[in-house]
Amino acid sequence: MKTAVIQFPGSNCDGDALHAAQLLLDQDAQFVWHTEAGLPQGTELVFLPGGFSYGDHLRSGAIAARSPIMQAVKAHAERGGFVLGVCNGFQVLTESGLLPGALSRNRDLHFLCRPVHLRVENAGTAFTGAYTKGQVIEVPIAHGEGNYYADPETVARLEGNGQVVFRYTDNPNGSLNDIAGIINERGNVLGMMPHPERAVEALLGSEDGRGLFDSLVRAQAPA
Amino acid sequence: MSTFKAKVFVTLKPSILDPQGRTVERALSHLDHGNVGGVRVGKYIELTLSGSRADVEAQLKDITENVLSNPVMEDARWEISEQQGEELVGA
Repeated sequence: MKTAVIQFPGSNCDGDALHAAQLLLDQDAQFVWHTEAGLPQGTELVFLPGGFSYGDHLRSGAIAARSPIMQAVKAHAERGGFVLGVCNGFQVLTESGLLPGALSRNRDLHFLCRPVHLRVENAGTAFTGAYTKGQVIEVPIAHGEGNYYADPETVARLEGNGQVVFRYTDNPNGSLNDIAGIINERGNVLGMMPHPERAVEALLGSEDGRGLFDSLVRAQAPA
Repeated sequence: MSTFKAKVFVTLKPSILDPQGRTVERALSHLDHGNVGGVRVGKYIELTLSGSRADVEAQLKDITENVLSNPVMEDARWEISEQQGEELVGA
């Protein structure tokens, strides 16, 4: 699966994202700098990596969401192309309007950097088909602003549509309804605070993140 | 064409938990300011814009609502005043 990992000034999980994509989605992954106006020809997955784009100035993800490449990312999503936003990438997706809601300061103000357990709430998406519903996976988090918020109507809609894809088993940051990751209605844009790309090899402590990438390969494979 | 000075105030919506404000409030209480409550931390942004008043006001509304604040969790208001002559810089 041809993957474009977007690099913003301050991205710091871009290397991990590229490594995971090259390891699990074939070799065809490359970095794309945020000032580019277009994605490489044939891009199938856009990976918005974690980090502190623009030093989190104004709001985390706010400036990155308005950078030139994001117009191309939005067009890619409108064509039905896959977009995965992890951590700061999730914040960029909410700031750009590709996903509803917002991520605010963790309930206890602490920057949290540790493994957490997530329950797969919807295994019927292109990003989760290799998991089973209810499966609990271990994936690390590393964020200061991962407290998911949306108005009650939006949360009810997300829940009703099965758009809450991952939920914390032990809520670390105060997120509404223990939400760790959501998908858009169309099912091609996923945002999550935990880092599946940091859990793809036994050496890293967990391989539970592999399922997400395996799911994408499976979703892509001809029936 | 005139020059306008704008002040934009961004605050978390009342329904949003403000852990930063809560922490400041706790610190104040430790400093014997136990009568202080309702601390909310927000942002203050200054801008200078040039153009006609109507254009600048429309532009400022757009900037405030679409860039400087996130309407999902923040409220924003702004004030605008026309600059008279050259602004004095420094003392």
